Amino acid sequence: MNFGELVPEDFATIDAATCATRTLDGKSIGAHALHSINVTHQQRLLRDGLNAVLYVDGDGAMKAVSDLHLALHTDKNAAGVDRQNRPLAGVPVMIKDNIATLRMPTSCGSKILEGYISPYEATAVKRLRDAGAIVVGKTNMDEFAMGSSTENSAYGPTLNPIDNTRVPGGSSGGSAVAVAAGAVRIALGSETGGSVRQPAAFCGVVGVKPTYGRVSRHGLVAYASSLDHIGVFGKSVDDAALGLRVISGRDEFDSTSSTEPVGDFRATRSDNSEMPLAGLVVGWPKEYFPESLDPNIRALCERSRDTLQSLGAEVRVVSLPHTSLAVPVYYIVAPAEASSNLARFDGVRYGLRKTGNGLRELYENTRSEGFGPEVTRRILLGTYVLSAGYYDAYYKRAMAVRELITQDFKNVFASGVHVLLTPTTPTTAFKIGAVSDPYEMYLSDIFTVTANLAGIPGLSLPIGRIEGLPVGGQLLASHFDEATMFRVAYALERALGAEAHQ
Amino acid sequence: MSVSEKDVRHIAALARLGVTDERVPQLVDELNRILEHMDVLQAVDLSKFTSNSAKVQGMPLRPDDSVPTQLERAREDFAPAMRDGFFLVPKLETHGASGGSVQSEGDEE
Repeated sequence: MNFGELVPEDFATIDAATCATRTLDGKSIGAHALHSINVTHQQRLLRDGLNAVLYVDGDGAMKAVSDLHLALHTDKNAAGVDRQNRPLAGVPVMIKDNIATLRMPTSCGSKILEGYISPYEATAVKRLRDAGAIVVGKTNMDEFAMGSSTENSAYGPTLNPIDNTRVPGGSSGGSAVAVAAGAVRIALGSETGGSVRQPAAFCGVVGVKPTYGRVSRHGLVAYASSLDHIGVFGKSVDDAALGLRVISGRDEFDSTSSTEPVGDFRATRSDNSEMPLAGLVVGWPKEYFPESLDPNIRALCERSRDTLQSLGAEVRVVSLPHTSLAVPVYYIVAPAEASSNLARFDGVRYGLRKTGNGLRELYENTRSEGFGPEVTRRILLGTYVLSAGYYDAYYKRAMAVRELITQDFKNVFASGVHVLLTPTTPTTAFKIGAVSDPYEMYLSDIFTVTANLAGIPGLSLPIGRIEGLPVGGQLLASHFDEATMFRVAYALERALGAEAHQ
Repeated sequence: MSVSEKDVRHIAALARLGVTDERVPQLVDELNRILEHMDVLQAVDLSKFTSNSAKVQGMPLRPDDSVPTQLERAREDFAPAMRDGFFLVPKLETHGASGGSVQSEGDEE
């Protein structure tokens, strides 16, 4: 098989779209996947290093390359290569450990699923592979996606590649690191309260969470089903847009997936006009800029705001009055759903089994040995808020306030605002072990959970650094309006240029 | 509102989570420190609130004829204990004379 020319020196700067074009042109088929695996080793992303990548499937990657080579060859002989069908031809990707893959374990960062290999594949992974992507590895995460630092993995914490003494954020920390370290341009993560956008901000990459229902959750191990989303990390906005475009759309295996047309998220990628955002209204929600916000983070957001203005956008101060209630609402609704979803891990059908005196002890021993402390805490919290006597005061009330939060967004978008600009996180990446109080950790998600509660799309992109640590700016848009969100992201990324990483 | 040791034992039992005696007081403390942040929700005025979640969050319907996902690997490959296509578990206490006090067939460890 022809792997094409050797890896060029500027390999790291080749984005996913270019990689696919080169592959379709018959150049360097497989070189990108090989490079990805090499970088994974060189950058010490595996368990004995930054612990970002739990499994690498070199044989599977090479088999996929070989299959792709054959398919392209066959296509060429038949009706010509159908480029539109393979927008990710030869593009290496990594997948978070809670998204089902056939060849590598899907362990959710948990002991209870150690070594478990799924008998089916997530729809998002299948769509990536059908588009020509090469799945090279699975990435570390907070156990069952419960955490904001990737310190809660049963396989040990993941380290931030920019400063190894700091966390990469979480729960999709491994995927964020894989992209930041240059192993892949595209990686899948999952979000329940900000688990893609927050680590993207901490690692200086792009992270996008689509509208609820935009991407099928089939094969995503459920944590809180009404809040769970599959999201995409990209080295650039275009990588993220391309990856998200491929996995979006209705799926018969997820009845919450939407029939809403997907559209072209990349339509404005080549818009070099001076005023690409003319006519666009950007909202500046005052609740996301409290007095207590780090002034350096505020200043970087203000720079982005001014940049958007200079690109033709009108900026309006807006209010989302129920924002401060989002974290309490989230930490009732998410654990409630988790307590139900995680009931399936009982030692009977798959995963760990620890026997005891009868069936009940089998359940209790399996679950107490299999789950880590944060998962245990959230299951207990969720069971409590759903239990008789507390359901109305906690869960029912939280669901009502959740609607008020959703309504806040609807009101703002109905008033003519197209996109909101906020900080992604209240801090930069913190030191490993620095946040030990669970609620303090929950506050890392303070600016991201609202989008999960409301189901609207959100994107974090690098907007600068503080003492060398990346800061993310967040764009939020109306339901199913990812295209406008990407339009702003492309323009901001281009205008900030190198400043986004300084 | 706050939880007591009795509450924690009760919800742990409901959740089928084995919790050691030493862990119970810690969990009481941790859960109460989390729950005190939830009290803010009690002050929200919901008197004018009427839910429209059924309208906005209703799931699209589908014909009730979907086929199960094809499995690429047999259940025997990943189930802890199986026989003749069934998952094996210890005998229930209400079944048989053993009263659930001995290791049953399903237990391999």
